[in-house]
Amino acid sequence: MAKEVSPGVKALRQVVEDVYAEAREAKKRGEPVGWSSSKFPCELAEAFGLHVVYPENQAAGIAANRDGEVMCQAAEDLAYDNDICGYARISLAYAAGKRAAKKLDPETLEVMINPETEKPYTELVDINEIWAMPEGEEKEKRLAAIKPYRQMQMPMPDFVLCCNNICNCMTKWYENIARMHNIPLVMIDIPYNNTVEVDDTYVAYIRGQFDKAIHQLEEISGKKFDEKKFEEACANANRTAQAWLKVCDYLQYKPAPMSGFDLFNHMADVVTARGRVAAAEAFELLATELEENVKTGKSTLPFPEDYRIMFEGIPCWPKLPALFRPLKKNGINVTAVVYAPAFGFVYNGLDEMVRAYCKAPNSVCLEQGVDWREGICRDNKVDGVLVHYNRSCKPWSGYMAEMQRRFTADLGIPCAGFDGDQADPRNFNEAQYETRVQGLVEAMEAARLAKEA
Amino acid sequence: MHDIYTLGIDVGSTASKCIILKNGTEIAAKSLVDVGAGTSGPHRAIENVLARAGMEEHDIDYTLATGYGRNSLMGLADKQMSELSCHARGAYFLFPQVHTVIDIGGQDVKVMRIENGAMTNFQMNDKCAAGTGRFLDVMARVLEVKVDELGELGAQSTKRVEISSTCTVFAESEVISQLANGSDSRDIIAGIHRSVAHRVTGLARRIGVQDQVVMTGGVAQNQGIVGALQEELGCEIHTSPLTQYNGALGAALFAYQIAKKKAAKQS
Repeated sequence: MAKEVSPGVKALRQVVEDVYAEAREAKKRGEPVGWSSSKFPCELAEAFGLHVVYPENQAAGIAANRDGEVMCQAAEDLAYDNDICGYARISLAYAAGKRAAKKLDPETLEVMINPETEKPYTELVDINEIWAMPEGEEKEKRLAAIKPYRQMQMPMPDFVLCCNNICNCMTKWYENIARMHNIPLVMIDIPYNNTVEVDDTYVAYIRGQFDKAIHQLEEISGKKFDEKKFEEACANANRTAQAWLKVCDYLQYKPAPMSGFDLFNHMADVVTARGRVAAAEAFELLATELEENVKTGKSTLPFPEDYRIMFEGIPCWPKLPALFRPLKKNGINVTAVVYAPAFGFVYNGLDEMVRAYCKAPNSVCLEQGVDWREGICRDNKVDGVLVHYNRSCKPWSGYMAEMQRRFTADLGIPCAGFDGDQADPRNFNEAQYETRVQGLVEAMEAARLAKEA
Repeated sequence: MHDIYTLGIDVGSTASKCIILKNGTEIAAKSLVDVGAGTSGPHRAIENVLARAGMEEHDIDYTLATGYGRNSLMGLADKQMSELSCHARGAYFLFPQVHTVIDIGGQDVKVMRIENGAMTNFQMNDKCAAGTGRFLDVMARVLEVKVDELGELGAQSTKRVEISSTCTVFAESEVISQLANGSDSRDIIAGIHRSVAHRVTGLARRIGVQDQVVMTGGVAQNQGIVGALQEELGCEIHTSPLTQYNGALGAALFAYQIAKKKAAKQS
C-alpha cells in the first residue's frame, strides 16, 4: 500500500512540480530560463518575474532516481575529473546535452527490458544529436525515451545565477555552463567569513555586486528593476524561511513528530521556491500538521524513536534505502540536520539580507560551524552524531574531523563518520556504513546505560 | 545453576575466529581459519571449535557473531554486534585498565575509546587501505616474504628507509623503486612498519590516546608494527597472545552477559 501523504506534503510536492513545469512552459514561449545555485539571492530574479530552476536540486533528483552514476560518468567522458563534486558533474553533463534514457532496441526502437529487474535498461543519449535528427518516428521515439521525471526534463539555460556562498566549486561549474551555452553569468561572490561576525566591508562589496546583478537582470529580462516587486519577493522569501524554520524546529520535540529525513525531501521547496507565496503556505500547512502530530503523539517516522542523532552533511541520494535501513533497524531518528535550517534566510532590510546570504555551511569559520551544530544538537536532544564524509564536498568534509572531536569533547556524545557521496554511488560502501552505524548505536547504548547507572 | 557456554564468532575479511567461553571466564576452546567473510571459513571455524571443546551446537547457550561477515550467520548466531564493541570488550577482559584500543584488521583500522569497560567513541579509517592488514599483505607479496615474517625481518633493519603512507598502490611502487635502488628488504620492511604506525597514529590522535593502550587483531603479532606505534604514540602498547581472537572473545563475553540474564530470568 502506498504511504499516506499529508495535504502539507502534497502541497510542497506540487510547488516544486510547478517550478519545473512553469520553467518548461516559459521556455516553450521563448522566455529566458535561468539556472541558479541554491543560495543565490532568489529575491533578485523573483523581482523580475524570471523563471529559474536549480541544478543542485536537479542533480539530487537525478541521483535519487539512480541516474547519478551514468551522468557522472558522462561528465568524466567529457574530461571533467571524478574528484569534482557529483552535483557539478551531473549538471555539467546535463548542460552538455547528456540525458539518461530508456534503452531502445537499435532496430525496432522498442524499449529494452531487463529481465531481472523487469524495468527498462538505461542508456546515455545526447539531446543535441536527437534534436538534430530529421523529424519522424525515430526522433519522436528517442525523445520519448528520455526519462520522464522532472529533473531529466529541465529546460536548458539562457542565463546562470551563481552565488558561491554554498561552495567554491560553484564558480567554475557555472562559468563552464555559461561558456558552454554562451550565455550571461550573474555572479555574486561571497568571501569566506573567517570571523563569526560578517565584516562591513563584505556587506559593501556584496551590495555593489547586487547593483551589477540587477543591471544584468534588466538586460536579460528586458524589464526595469521594480523596487516594490523586489520588496514583495523579500517578504515572501522571509515568510517561507520563517515557516521552514518552524517546521525544522518540530524536531526538538521528544519523540519527534516527524522523521528528520523528511527535511531533506522538503528542502526541494526551500531551494527552488523560497520566494513564492505557495511555498510559504505549504510550509505553514505542514507546520500545522506537525503541531497536530505533537498533540496526538503521531509521527511520520515509520518506527518507534529509540535514539536521536544529528546527521551531518548531504545524504547519499543514490543510496537512500541503504542509508535509512540501519537507522530504521536500530530505531534511530535523525532529529538534527544543520544543512536544512541553513536555508532559512530571515532578514530585515538589504544589509541584513546580504549578511544572511554571507552565512552558509561552507562560507563560515570553524567556530561558527561548531556553534551552529552544537546548538542544534542541544536543542534537538541528540544522543550521537553520524558524519557523512562526502567525496563530493571536500570543503565541508575537510573540517568535520575537528568538528567531530569538538562534539564529543563539548557535548559528551559519540560520533561516527562514514565515506560516501551525495550523487555518485561509486563512493559508498554499504557494509562499511552499516558497521559504523552499529558501532555508533553500541556507543550510544553504553552512554545510556552509564547514565542510568 | 548449570555452566553457561557461549560462542563468539568473529568473521573478518581475511580470517574467521571462534572462542567458546565457560561461564564468561574460562576459554573452553578456540579456532581460527585463514579465510573470512564469503568463504567456508566461518562454518569450518565453528565446526573446529565445537570439536575441540567436545561439544555440539545445542550445548551452546548463546552465540554472538561479529566482524564484517557477521550478518552472513543470521540463522546460526543469536545476535550480531559490531567488531568495534567486541574488540573493546575483549581488550577490557584481558586488560582491565584499558582506555584505548587499536585494532588493525584486514581491511580497516579502528581506534576505540573505553570508559569503565564500555566503548564510548571510536574512529575508523576511510576507504583507503593504507595502514590496514591488506596493506601489509600487498607489501609482503612484493617483498616475497610471508606476512608473519615481517616483524622478525624488520627488527634486523640497520638503515632508515622511508615509505610513503598515503596510498597502498603508491607505497607498492615505492617499495619496488627501493628494491630496484638496492635497498635492503629488511630496511624497507621497517619503513613499512613506520608508515603503518604513522597512519594509525593520525587516526588515534583524532580520538585522543589515553593509557592503557591495547592493540588487538592479527597485526598486533607483528612486533615491528607494535614497536613503531609505541614510538609514534610515545606510550607503551599492550598486546596479548590471544590478540587474533580478541574480537571473538569480546563476542563470547557479550553472549555470556545475555545468556546469564536469560538464565536468571528463567530460574
